[in-house]
Amino acid sequence: MKIQVLGSGCATCHKLFEITQQAIKELQLTHTVEYVTGDKGTQKIIELGSMSSPVLAINGKIAMVGFVPDVEKIKKLILDNLN
Amino acid sequence: MDIFFPIQRLANWITYSFLPLQESNHFAESLNFFIYDTIKIVVLLIVVNYIMAVFRYYLPVEKIRKILTSRNWYGLDYLLAAFFGVVTPFCSCSSIPLFIGFVSAGIPLGVTFAFLITSPLVNEASLALFPALFGWQITLIYNLIGILVGVTGGMIIHKLNMEKYIEPSLLKFKSKVDIAGKKEKIALSKLVTIWWVEGWQITKSLIPYVLLGIGVGAIIHGFIPANFFERYLSSRQWWTVPVATLAGLPLYANSVGLIPIMEVLVDKGVSLGTALAFMTATVTLSIPEALILRKAMKLPLLITFFGVTTVGIMIIGYFFNFIYR
Repeated sequence: MKIQVLGSGCATCHKLFEITQQAIKELQLTHTVEYVTGDKGTQKIIELGSMSSPVLAINGKIAMVGFVPDVEKIKKLILDNLN
Repeated sequence: MDIFFPIQRLANWITYSFLPLQESNHFAESLNFFIYDTIKIVVLLIVVNYIMAVFRYYLPVEKIRKILTSRNWYGLDYLLAAFFGVVTPFCSCSSIPLFIGFVSAGIPLGVTFAFLITSPLVNEASLALFPALFGWQITLIYNLIGILVGVTGGMIIHKLNMEKYIEPSLLKFKSKVDIAGKKEKIALSKLVTIWWVEGWQITKSLIPYVLLGIGVGAIIHGFIPANFFERYLSSRQWWTVPVATLAGLPLYANSVGLIPIMEVLVDKGVSLGTALAFMTATVTLSIPEALILRKAMKLPLLITFFGVTTVGIMIIGYFFNFIYR
C-alpha cells in the first residue's frame, strides 16, 4: 500500500502529513508516508482531479481532500483501504 | 440596543474594577479596548465559521463546478460564481488546483475569474467583522460592491479572450473530472459536531492574527490622539486611495488581523474608503499569490488579473470616500 500526502507547500498540508504519520504509528503499521509538496504536489493534485489541497492519496487514489485534525478518521481511512 | 453591550460591561469591569485602573489612563484605555474587541471578534468568528462549515458541507467546490457546468446560464453564471466565491473560503494553496479544475471542466475563463476575484474580497472576515466594527450599512454596501467587482472583472477578462494564456501543460488532465463524488450519509446529530470541530479549527488558527491585529489597534487607540491622521489621509486628498491600494498590493496579511487595525485608523481620522482600499489590496493581491498563480497563468493573464482587481479596489475606495465624507 502506498500512502501519500499531496500538498502545495502550505502549513496545513504539512500538518496533514504529520497526522498521517501519527496514524500509521498508532496502527503499528510499517508503511512510510510519502510527502509530495511544491510544484510536484500541485501537479499531482491536478492530475488526480482534486480542486483543493491537501490530498491524502492511498494507492494513487484520493482518500481524503482537505485537512481534518482527526487521527481516528485517518486511521479508519487507512484501514478501509488496506484490503 | 447594542447586542455587544454585555461584552463592554465585562471589559469595563475587568479594567476598572478587577484591575483598579484609572479611567483616563492611556494603558487602561488600550487594555479595555483590547479585551472588548477580542471577545467580540472571537464570538463572531465562532458563529460565522460554523455557518461556513455548514455551507461547505452542502456546497463543496466540486458541486459548485457541477452547477456551473450543468446548463447554459446566459450570463447569470458570473453572478452565481461570485456568490459561490463568497461561501467558499479561499486559501492561496488551493488556488491553482481550483483554477485548473474550473477551466478544464469547461467553465469559461471569465466566470472562473469572477469566482477567484470575489473569493478573497468577500469572505468570513468581511461578513463577520464588518458588522461589529463598521455597522450593517457599510457591511452591506462593501459586500455588494465586492461581488460587483468580481462579476465585472470576470466579464472584462472574458471580453479580452485570454484563454491562450493559461499554462497548457496543466490542462491535459481534462478527462479526470468528478472523483470525490461519493459521500456517505451522516446523521444530522453527528454533523452538528463535525461542523463545530471544522469551524472551531478555523477560528483557532485565526486567533493569533486577531490578537495581533487588536493589539496593534489597541495601542493606536489608546496612545494616538483622535483625528491624528485627518490632515494627511482624509477623503479630501484624492491621491490617498491609489497610494493606499498600491502600498497594500505587494503585502499579504490576514484580513482578520487587519480589520481591527483599520477600525482604529478610521476612528482616528483616516477616511473609510482609503482604509478599505488598503485592506482589500493587502488581502486579495500579494507577491506570494502572484508567484503561485504564475505557474498556471502566463504573464499577460496574470497582469490583467492583477490590473482588473486593482482598479476594482480603487473604485471601492473612491466610492466609500464619496458617500462617507
